[in-house]
Amino acid sequence: MWGRLSLDALPHDMITIGGVVGGGLALLAAVAALTYFKKWRWLWTNWLTSLDPKKIGVMYLVVATIMLLRGLADASMLRAQQAIFATSDAGPISSDMFQQVFSAHGTIMIFFVAMGALFGLLNLIVPLQIGSRDVAFPMLNSISFWLFVAGMVLMNVSLAVGEFSTAGWLAYPPLSGLEYSPGTGVDYWIWSLQIAGIGSLLSGINFLITIFTLRRPGMTLKKMPIFIWAVIGCLLLVAFAFPILTATLSLLSLDRTIGTHFFTSTMGGNPMMYVNLIWAWGHPEVYILVLPAFGIFSEIVPVFSKKRLFGYTSMVVALMAITILSFTVWLHHFFTMGAGANVNAFFGIMTMVIAIPTGVKVFNWIFTMFRGRVTFATPMLWFMGFVVTFTIGGLTGVLLAVPGIDFQVHNSLFLVAHFHNMIIGGVLFGFFAGVTYWWPKFTGFRLHEGLGKIAFWCWLIGFMLAFLPLYALGLMGAARRIDGYDASLGWQELFVVAGIGMLVILVGVLFQVLQVAYSVWKRRELRVGSDPWGGRTLEWSTSTPIAEYNFAQLTPVTHRDEFWEQKRPGHNKQAAPALTSIQVPKNTSLGIVIGMLAGVIGFAIIWHIWWLAFVCLVATIVTVIVATLREDTERIITVDEIVETEKRLRGATS
Amino acid sequence: MKKPTKPFLTPLRITSLVFFVLVVVALGTFLLLNGKNIAVLNPQGIIADKEKGLFIFTLSLGMLVVIPVFVMLFAFAWKYREGNTKTKRRYTPEADGSRLIEGLWWGIPITIITILGVVTWISTHDLDPYRALDSDKKPITVQVVALQWKWLFLYPDYGIATVNEVRFPEDTPVNFEITADAPMSAFWIPNLGTQTYAMNGMNSQLKLEAHTTGEYRGSNTNINGEGYADMEFKAIATTKQEFGLWTKAIQQSDEHLAWTAYEELAQPSRHQPVSYYMLHDRSLYDKIRGKYMDSNTSTSQGANIDHEGMN
Amino acid sequence: MSTLALRDLKLLNFKTNSGFWLYLMTDCILFASLFATYIVLHGGTAGGPTSRDIFELPMALTETIILLTSSFTCGLALLALRQENLKQLVVWLGVTYVLGIAFLTIELTEFSSLIQAGHGWQQSAFLSAFFTLVGTHGLHIFIGLLWLFTMVIVLFKRGFTPKLKRQLGLFALFWHFLDLVWIFIFTVVYLMGVMPS
Repeated sequence: MWGRLSLDALPHDMITIGGVVGGGLALLAAVAALTYFKKWRWLWTNWLTSLDPKKIGVMYLVVATIMLLRGLADASMLRAQQAIFATSDAGPISSDMFQQVFSAHGTIMIFFVAMGALFGLLNLIVPLQIGSRDVAFPMLNSISFWLFVAGMVLMNVSLAVGEFSTAGWLAYPPLSGLEYSPGTGVDYWIWSLQIAGIGSLLSGINFLITIFTLRRPGMTLKKMPIFIWAVIGCLLLVAFAFPILTATLSLLSLDRTIGTHFFTSTMGGNPMMYVNLIWAWGHPEVYILVLPAFGIFSEIVPVFSKKRLFGYTSMVVALMAITILSFTVWLHHFFTMGAGANVNAFFGIMTMVIAIPTGVKVFNWIFTMFRGRVTFATPMLWFMGFVVTFTIGGLTGVLLAVPGIDFQVHNSLFLVAHFHNMIIGGVLFGFFAGVTYWWPKFTGFRLHEGLGKIAFWCWLIGFMLAFLPLYALGLMGAARRIDGYDASLGWQELFVVAGIGMLVILVGVLFQVLQVAYSVWKRRELRVGSDPWGGRTLEWSTSTPIAEYNFAQLTPVTHRDEFWEQKRPGHNKQAAPALTSIQVPKNTSLGIVIGMLAGVIGFAIIWHIWWLAFVCLVATIVTVIVATLREDTERIITVDEIVETEKRLRGATS
Repeated sequence: MKKPTKPFLTPLRITSLVFFVLVVVALGTFLLLNGKNIAVLNPQGIIADKEKGLFIFTLSLGMLVVIPVFVMLFAFAWKYREGNTKTKRRYTPEADGSRLIEGLWWGIPITIITILGVVTWISTHDLDPYRALDSDKKPITVQVVALQWKWLFLYPDYGIATVNEVRFPEDTPVNFEITADAPMSAFWIPNLGTQTYAMNGMNSQLKLEAHTTGEYRGSNTNINGEGYADMEFKAIATTKQEFGLWTKAIQQSDEHLAWTAYEELAQPSRHQPVSYYMLHDRSLYDKIRGKYMDSNTSTSQGANIDHEGMN
Repeated sequence: MSTLALRDLKLLNFKTNSGFWLYLMTDCILFASLFATYIVLHGGTAGGPTSRDIFELPMALTETIILLTSSFTCGLALLALRQENLKQLVVWLGVTYVLGIAFLTIELTEFSSLIQAGHGWQQSAFLSAFFTLVGTHGLHIFIGLLWLFTMVIVLFKRGFTPKLKRQLGLFALFWHFLDLVWIFIFTVVYLMGVMPS
């Protein structure tokens, strides 16, 4: 009746129990607070069932932040094992646990932190920057978010019920196949990603159509903010890469549940096919993560240099080149799988070619500062940190692109250092910059600068301490994912330095948490108007707080950096169209229902509770049909309401 | 916030800080790396030699971009910062491009990558693990089987087998034929060069050659289960005479390795000690591969990929 | 309808159609992944039957003709929709539906006879890939038929609304897309499968 689920599935070791209890207590505290302050209705109506992308964006960021803390906790365990215990399977962290921890760490950071922050920012910024009121498919937006949450919940349930995968964040077969991983671990991995991945794909479609159909009249492609171009590149990759992930996860799941032979070692199966498929998705994925970060910096540098972006056209060409090229390099992740010299050389050269447009972008950012007037508020500091770290990462990337070099350092800590260089220095610093930059737009107050600066320096120094030693360790022959090594090798000192770096990063995170808490507490002193930085793009032309409908009128635009032009003295204002009533989507709980059902389907398949999976599948189909049949989906905001709202919001801000 | 009358960060303070940081970093790097075997940069074999050369070359070429980027970043940040009243500088808020400058930094990276691309094409073919090494000596064949969680080495020409230790004569090409009876693993001796995946039923090729005698560390780099970190082995290059003596000694060994003993060895085990066997069955490697080869296998599965230039 | 409402409707139709086209492109990539897997693994027969042993071209040809015809009748249905001719619309949608059911019946018969002969997806990588590729297409057909069924019910309850017209248009796109994918399956799996190696 309950498949292979039994009481045995509960955790047995103290560390996992501690994690589960801690997480459970945190959840309990949240529930208690909501009950005590009688905020359940508020939560339900204002947030959970809302189809406002501004709300959905904040919810994505909240989930991403919580998962960042879990991912950092995982990383701390890995560093502790390698620096302190340093012997495989000795000490409190067994080999099996170590392997679950690094698999969870990578999966969480990429799928739930980075992708979560990405879609959070897209929801918050894209509609505003293109001057529209909403995304193309608001209901789908909500469904995407709740599918993301369902995947996240499954990831965390694996701590309490069952185990997680020990096969790394990409789960190569045959290790991830039934023979070598018979438990529920790999199944949790598959279904968390499958469900969240479908959410991502739907969002990709949603935001692409939003950008192509809902731009402000007059905003031709060449007048779009550069961030939107970066997002287009990212979304094209989402649309064309994620289906590969869906297919591949399905095939691995079929192998594990109904006995197919796609990736088994015998019966005609081919594990190398998995490697090709998963990286055909995996490489575009890392560009999905980094392109929006590039876009964020392209927005920040001009604003903080009080100067136009240098080489807009070049930047667009570079973005599109990177987008297309990212589909032509996937084999560089397995040069050592024996493809032969012609194939290896081709993919190596294509990989190097991507460095060209990327380098062009770095030069263009730097030259935006040239003959500008540069101020170094926290967002700009993150940019400086990004250029330093990302350039080092790019250099090691070019090294790894040469098959002859990769033959040595593949899968060593050199590789680990390289990709953390790119993801932390590029993606994470970009998101931190973006959050700090756009925070005042949505909240009406700035984040405390001093605390932000301390957090930045902790992250930068911590990152250097944590990852530069890893380059050296890789060159010394240290492989990735090891939980122990011979003491005579003399590696421990370097691991200790890396561990210290991790601690410095944690201090940085602490300061970020403090920064947010303090800024919320002192928000009156930190209050700013609706355009605190001297913005150039349309989102800064709204009031703060932003009206539910974003813009009262959809005035056509005539320039790139339209808001900057509007602020020029003597600018001829475009005639605004007459006020009309505005339709906004009504709240709905269908997204939550679909998300929950998807989560239960995943859980049921993992534990082989087939009847439950079938029942929930039928329920999901019914819910989707109900969703498409909805007629009364919009709420009207009358002209009078708009006038009153504008008076209230515009009057309140400077 | 009130601005202080004297800026906190004077040029003197910044320069001192930068100098101090550089000294600490240099000292720290020296202390941490001194006396360590940085294997990839300390090649003991001809393949590792070439790979180190590539590494240094590519790194130097990369510096042509990295150094100007850092210089410009800090120079511009300093010169064009808002509070800078000392240096004479212009403010051109509308300037948004320059064909010349952009041409330069499309052109320079394209040139660098073209050079690197040519070097990559040539070196990738030169370092192709399928390609025979240039040597006048006759190569010896070592068959490698990745197991959970140890390495089995078979010497079909000598009739011996070893676990977790591989020996070969110096200055002689060693043709490794690599397979697995375990999840995907990887065979790596960093002091000697290239690593290669070991996969069930497959027959990966790798050719290495040690310059001189020495004892080197080898390991697995691809997670293959709980005991993955155990998979360290010793790679020992000996003189020709020592190698001959060693093989002869093992041929007299009481420990025999045939199929039954192999099956037992292949069971998952951790911390497997070094051991030597007389190899009863010289086609044991093919039999191990045969476990995974069905009749009518798919085009890439189990195919003999040991012919030169499979492309 | 007011000019404003008409403009809104145009935008709604435009973005919904664009979104659906984009979704179809992503579905294309999904099928491409399954085709690639099939092509790589179709030689992995593990001592079991090869494609030459089990594929029956007459049956596959029948399925192809049925599906092509159903695309044609679907097109006729859309013409009837444009003229708001309820009777014609229901007739042609009905024929499309019946043809779809016929297709699925033949396909499921093929599957079950293979399974009963011991040639299920567990026997080899080739069979795993075959069942998954063709089965995924069949699953799409099934969902399409479910969608069509729901829409006809809505048609009877609510009549010719702009939403229903739009949705029927999307269904037609979906149906033609599945027809196109089937052409590829017929060629790559069945035709090439029975050719001598």
